Amino acid sequence: MPYSINDRFASSRLANLAPQEVARHLGRTRRDFLRDATGMALGGTLLSASPFVRAATAKKKRKIIVITFGGGARDQETFAPEGQVNIPHMLNELAPQSSFFTQVTNHGILGHYVATASLATGVYETLNNFSAVPPDHPTIFEYFRKDLGRPVSDAWVVAPSNGFNRIGESESRSYGAGLGAQVILPKRLLSAASSSTTDYSHLLHDNYETPLYAPQVSGGEFELQQLERVLKLSVDDFTQHAKSLSSPDELSVYIARQLMRQESPSLLWITMHDIDVAHSGAYSLYIDAIRRTDRLCAALWKAVQEEPEYAGNTTLLVLPDFGRDADEDSGGNGFQHHRTGDPASRTTWMMALGQGVRPGVVYDSPVQSIDLVPSIGVMMGFSAAQSQGKPIRELL
Amino acid sequence: MLPRDLQPAQFAAYPPQARQLAVEHLSLFRQLPLSFLPGMLRQLIEYDYQFPVERARLNQELSLLSSLSTTQLADWFHAFAALTLSTAFERSDWVTKPAQFVEQESAYLWTTHQLDAFREAAMAYGDRMQSARPAQTLATPRLGIAIIGQGVATTPEPLFQMLRKRGTYFSQIKPEGGLEALLTAVEARSASHPADYAHWYIEGGTPARPTNGLTTVSYDALAPVRDKLLTYMQSQIAKPGMGPEELRTNLAQLAPAQLGMAHNGDPVLDRFQVKLFTEGSGTQIFSTTFAQWTTREALRRAEPLTLLVRYAPRQRQKPMNELLANIGAANELDPAGSLVDADMASYYHWINQQRLHGADRSSFIVWWEGQSHAIVIAPTLPGGVRSDSPLDLKSLVALATG
Repeated sequence: MPYSINDRFASSRLANLAPQEVARHLGRTRRDFLRDATGMALGGTLLSASPFVRAATAKKKRKIIVITFGGGARDQETFAPEGQVNIPHMLNELAPQSSFFTQVTNHGILGHYVATASLATGVYETLNNFSAVPPDHPTIFEYFRKDLGRPVSDAWVVAPSNGFNRIGESESRSYGAGLGAQVILPKRLLSAASSSTTDYSHLLHDNYETPLYAPQVSGGEFELQQLERVLKLSVDDFTQHAKSLSSPDELSVYIARQLMRQESPSLLWITMHDIDVAHSGAYSLYIDAIRRTDRLCAALWKAVQEEPEYAGNTTLLVLPDFGRDADEDSGGNGFQHHRTGDPASRTTWMMALGQGVRPGVVYDSPVQSIDLVPSIGVMMGFSAAQSQGKPIRELL
Repeated sequence: MLPRDLQPAQFAAYPPQARQLAVEHLSLFRQLPLSFLPGMLRQLIEYDYQFPVERARLNQELSLLSSLSTTQLADWFHAFAALTLSTAFERSDWVTKPAQFVEQESAYLWTTHQLDAFREAAMAYGDRMQSARPAQTLATPRLGIAIIGQGVATTPEPLFQMLRKRGTYFSQIKPEGGLEALLTAVEARSASHPADYAHWYIEGGTPARPTNGLTTVSYDALAPVRDKLLTYMQSQIAKPGMGPEELRTNLAQLAPAQLGMAHNGDPVLDRFQVKLFTEGSGTQIFSTTFAQWTTREALRRAEPLTLLVRYAPRQRQKPMNELLANIGAANELDPAGSLVDADMASYYHWINQQRLHGADRSSFIVWWEGQSHAIVIAPTLPGGVRSDSPLDLKSLVALATG
């Protein structure tokens, strides 16, 4: 597990502030920066004039894409003034179109699989981060498909990390089997597609926290045989294209675009993971990954505008699963891990843009990462019955 | 079993000095909460292989806690006592396997949403212990030196960004003979203030030359150890049912001799070096990570008076397309990326040095190797200032420590 309480003598407090104060400070910093850099307005005063009333017909066509800005990214490398150089696309292209939430906290376990599962269920899950097990509670995909009677082709997950193959569907009795999303693990597909000629096992070692560990994958994921049938991609085309890409997240976005063209799912969840290379301790690789993820988020939003099925009726939500440890926390090693549970590692942001979202507004009010699912539920018209989060009123 | 049930015989597996210390403090241990004690035992079981400063620190801690009354102990540890652990923890072999216990306890606290409470309790305890410790007198103010950017002549990235507001930036350093001047200065400090493990030279590649009086750790010199460790890890991973937690537990039990280190080596330093690989993340792969983590651990554990770290180019991380095409040299280096890594690492070096006693008198130098750029943070120099005065490295050290 990615947890450490080894330093019994952690004596340095973040600027001598209580955790809630630090979280508020981080939020204010993001707000001030965005306001200065992009001219975005503060959202609190605009709420009473919220125009986001959608007709039932709009709900039917509504598309939602969620991107987890993956692997944990800190403010100082993203939305803080010194981090702006790393996110030019999000800052200059996406933020001005978005409602930006400056203070999103994650009170759960800070491991990538369990945290992403928590995002997807709206409950702080407690499963083993390094096991390929399903979430305990129903996922957003199950709520969506069961409540709205949607087919299996309408909800998809694309995740580069091999440990995410069970995230599409819980073992909940009232939901579960057959009601979840299909999961594509592009790297595993690539490995399967190439196994006859070359050994790509190193590609599967994507868990940077335990670099030599690749969890066993069993069931739930998209199979190689479906590549041609569903995505209309031959194995050769797929592998050839992969050879032109520099990272697993680029491969994920490529697959996501194929899905958008061929299946046009109404609910598409993309988990980015390149940033987690930070666990290797190489700061330059961590920064490179943030810059790449920034570029890929913008590329995906551009793809939304280019696809007739998505243009004009899609809401994109971008948020990190959590942050990383603060430089000053003696229990950690700065950007390398997310083990301390300090405010920097728990406090992130969320960007919402597109259909039904007020552009160019910054909201300071604190929300939790588990609020995502019930919020999307209200947007799309399903009930996230077992979620412990609350709908974010600024999005409704 | 709970701490109140502890018996001397249960420490039979501890190394001799650790065992003696444990038995001497048994009455104290019996009064400590289970959520806390294994963390302390995790340190104590390593006592025979600890640096002198670590031993002194643990002795002080035990002595201070032993001097407290029952009421005072209850006051010090009430936040730890308020944490609830499952009975499985009581049944575990936490006396002889405290590290394993701490690992599992950590996971349990996260799962039960008690980690924040533990964190608060640990910080309060650390602050209290810190303020209760007697004031230390250092033989000389600490000096940290980071040499970064080996093999890089230009960079588009701004350097020393995190340190500039705290120190004086020098733009006209004379680089000739700089490395030798710094090594000589560090050796001179060792000769003037000799003490075990008080003066360190951490090398991210191959040492520039043999040194006198310095505790030296080198990434290249440890290549055989790394190779053996990676082979061991692969064999462990291949075992059915092996997961990361079991792997970490097994790694923690590796002895230096199992990784090919000589039996007649320095047992303290050898164990320290093994832990760099078994407890560090990325240290096995990237030399920059190794140098940064070694610096952090040396400062945290040995609290040296002098620490010079020299970063070397790490291996290049191949992008996916190169991996797929199987192109690019196996051991290709990434000097530019390594400069960025080392620049951030030097900031962490300074933070970790400033956590130690005497921080207000400490000095810190970062020099871009072979180039004319350096930054100095010292009590005598202003922060956020640029100096265009030509200086050689010997003069820079004198300025920093003067």
